[in-house]
Amino acid sequence: MRRFALIAVPYVWLLALFLVPFIIVFKISLSDLALAIPPYTPTMRDGIGDMFAAFDFENFVFLTEDDLYWKAYLSSLRIALISTFMTLLVGYPIAYGMAKAPDEWRATLMMLVILPFWTSFLIRVYAWMGILSNEGLLNQFLLWLGLINEPLVILNTNMAVYIGIIYTYLPFMILPIYAALDRLDESLNEAAEDLGCSRMQAFWLVTIPLSKNGIIAGSFLVFIPALGEFVIPSLLGGSGTLMIGKILWEEFFNNRDWPVASAVAVVLLLILVIPIVLFQRNQQKQAEAEQ
Amino acid sequence: MTQTVFAPWDDPNQKPLIRFQNVTKRFGEFVAIDNLTLDIFEKEFFALLGPSGCGKTTMMRMLAGFETVSDGRIELSGKDIGHVPPNKRAVNMMFQSYALFPHLSVWDNIAFGLRRDRKSKSEIDARVDEMLKLTRLEKFGRRKPHQISGGQRQRVALARSLAKAPKLLLLDEPLGALDKKLRQDTQFELMDIQESTGTTFVIVTHDQEEAMTVASRVAVMDEGRIIQVATPANIYEYPNSVYVADFIGDVNIIDATATPTGENTYALNWIDGQPPITAETKTTFSAGQQAHLAIRPEKIRISTERPDEAANALQGKVLDIAYLGNLSTYHVQLPGGQVIKAQTANTRRIARRDITWEDPVWISWSATAGVLLEH
Amino acid sequence: MKRMSWFNVTSLTLGFAFLYLPMIILVIYSFNASKLVTVWAGFSTRWYGELVQNDAFLDAAWVTIKVAVMSSTLATVLGTMAAYVLVRGGRFLGRTLFSGMIYAPLVMPEVITGLSLLLLFIGIGLDRGVLTIVLAHTTFSMCYVSVVVSSRLVTFDRSLEEAALDLGCSGWDAFRLVTLPIIAPAVISGWLLAFTLSLDDLVIASFTSGPSATTLPIKIFSAVRLGVSPEINALSTIMIAIVTVGVITASLVTKRNAVRAEADTRAAERAQA
Repeated sequence: MRRFALIAVPYVWLLALFLVPFIIVFKISLSDLALAIPPYTPTMRDGIGDMFAAFDFENFVFLTEDDLYWKAYLSSLRIALISTFMTLLVGYPIAYGMAKAPDEWRATLMMLVILPFWTSFLIRVYAWMGILSNEGLLNQFLLWLGLINEPLVILNTNMAVYIGIIYTYLPFMILPIYAALDRLDESLNEAAEDLGCSRMQAFWLVTIPLSKNGIIAGSFLVFIPALGEFVIPSLLGGSGTLMIGKILWEEFFNNRDWPVASAVAVVLLLILVIPIVLFQRNQQKQAEAEQ
Repeated sequence: MTQTVFAPWDDPNQKPLIRFQNVTKRFGEFVAIDNLTLDIFEKEFFALLGPSGCGKTTMMRMLAGFETVSDGRIELSGKDIGHVPPNKRAVNMMFQSYALFPHLSVWDNIAFGLRRDRKSKSEIDARVDEMLKLTRLEKFGRRKPHQISGGQRQRVALARSLAKAPKLLLLDEPLGALDKKLRQDTQFELMDIQESTGTTFVIVTHDQEEAMTVASRVAVMDEGRIIQVATPANIYEYPNSVYVADFIGDVNIIDATATPTGENTYALNWIDGQPPITAETKTTFSAGQQAHLAIRPEKIRISTERPDEAANALQGKVLDIAYLGNLSTYHVQLPGGQVIKAQTANTRRIARRDITWEDPVWISWSATAGVLLEH
Repeated sequence: MKRMSWFNVTSLTLGFAFLYLPMIILVIYSFNASKLVTVWAGFSTRWYGELVQNDAFLDAAWVTIKVAVMSSTLATVLGTMAAYVLVRGGRFLGRTLFSGMIYAPLVMPEVITGLSLLLLFIGIGLDRGVLTIVLAHTTFSMCYVSVVVSSRLVTFDRSLEEAALDLGCSGWDAFRLVTLPIIAPAVISGWLLAFTLSLDDLVIASFTSGPSATTLPIKIFSAVRLGVSPEINALSTIMIAIVTVGVITASLVTKRNAVRAEADTRAAERAQA
């Protein structure tokens, strides 16, 4: 009896507040926009039979017809891909440096990487607004150095979005790579050098392949949330920055078009399934290899 | 000196393959290697033996190129290799952890070094197959390191480091990870491979039995210095110090003052009220000089009756008997309280053993049985 | 004895500068006297004063803390139960669905979670306010708690529980007296994680809150959408300071406990010898 309650309470909670809402989103994505409250039709009040009869894929067809949507999906994918790659380029040397640091520093470095996790995401994104703006500190600094003659326009461009994603998701990239590098036996690199590799060759032939799992895990951990990101494109991006999270938000709050917003969400979810499944498989493979 | 004995170190015309000249290595304040000079010759199987922290691993890493020399020079075939990086040295190393690349197959592990030399594919194929055959791993080429046994991994590591046909192969505790039985078999395998390839081997070990079994010469190290370099037999029979005598095998040390009694013979006063011990040695001691007599337990006879012809015979009481199957070690307490170990081969069945606990016994040894040491 | 190469030193220095400079600049400029946030006009605590008098911010802060305390506590209870079920529950009908529902919210875009919960609340006619935000936050943060707790439970030596049962505990007593004290650190970090997730959340709160309840992130977001403001800088500084002090205290306590445990072990060993 007690076991039943133990399982049932979290189970029912998740069913009611996670699964059911999804089914509702899916249902509404098949409905039509209506000037009513709630602003869609049909609803349960029309009777189950009529409700199913009225379902159609109109909203999804609409998504394919209006090029705003598929452009936004493509642009989200591109921004997520580019920023994931840039995060890897920034994160790998940091993780590598941490793994090579003296033992007594490691705990502190680790804490320094994790600390930003605990600070508000919103504040961390906001911090860049003051730095990247036309009169911002970065431009002031570059002008002072004499590298540029007039301020660079960074804020409200995709560049600012890349910077924001790199900055906020960097710890997600560093931690799995650091974990992989930390496990790496130093003598493997020595063996490679002993067998005729230069330092650089040993890095490419031994260190990189053996930290592959960390790189993959880190990249997914950045790519997946970046794809559906809302805060970063809306604060740092411009009107030209198309990201699907932002479109969904605007569709819902500004256009009040719930059926289309739901359809946007369903498609985003379908796109996300692929990287999530790949990520899951990578984690499983890694866990098996460790046994 | 006959042709069949391999002893280049006794031949003044031989040029050493490796020469350490006044090599010192410091890590900050810590002196790991202290002004060390040593020659190692071609085709030798040279063992560096010592407790952990004695500097043997540092010496090996300097040979491999992972540590630089603070002072002095290291020569390989007459050339200073002090500043040659590890990947440019004709020296290969077999790591203690084996350091097999987990993402590469056994075959690719062995081919790794050959590929760095940009050898042709057919050359690499032939050489890897040869190495797999040498180490009896033909069937395992496609496997990954985690799919084979510990003994097989050890052989892969050996094959990989031998594949480039180095002038010198360094082995860092090569058998440390294997269990005792496998270790003994592998020792002989190592010796066979060393002989058949003609490669010079330098092995680092803390296991004196292993060093004695495989090596042509053994260097006993302590605190960054070499205490003695000699063949296994000489190290055992003629240790140059109490430290070496004690480190290699079992030994009894009797502290005494020496009095010359004739050419090369001394009377040793080891305790008041007991007759002095007679010992022969080529080392000269002055009258009244402190000396230490080192005698191996198997050189001491034990008997119930006083032996008739023995240079030294002492009476004592059996404290303990350690039965090891093939041997028995008796701990005999002498009147002064000192305990002497005597070892006998168990050629007879145990039921008929005539000495037991608390028995009064005689222990005896000849004048040349022990080694008289200054320090 | 390990010396770091210049490359590693450089990459660590640049990396941590990148991570921390923006926040340090934010903190510095919160003490700027000028209204123009990019021009330094001397030191002043003026914005902190204005912040304290801004009732809208204070109300929002109060709502946020209320929501965070409630949702993280609920999430810790539910998440610990879920972790226990996942690790120890054995087989039951729909186990795969259950573990799927635990892991899915971790990778779900917040916009989707927020949208779906909002549609649910509207569907069942629940008025949006503190309650709905708490429900929403509990749902996604319980998944984080259960991941943290189950990773501890996996390494938990089961024979300890069996020993408790063997010595006469009921199943609940064994959990309360043996398991819970041992997994307590994981449960506490789960609570802290849930708490900060709730404090931090903008997107889900925006979807599930009504006019009666505005949380601090919603307030900040609507303010900064219009541009950088010195008051927000001051507010951010306060939040950064709280987190920094909290994390450093926590790590010092952990370290002190570890040192003390080691000293105790040594003393015990000495006493034995």
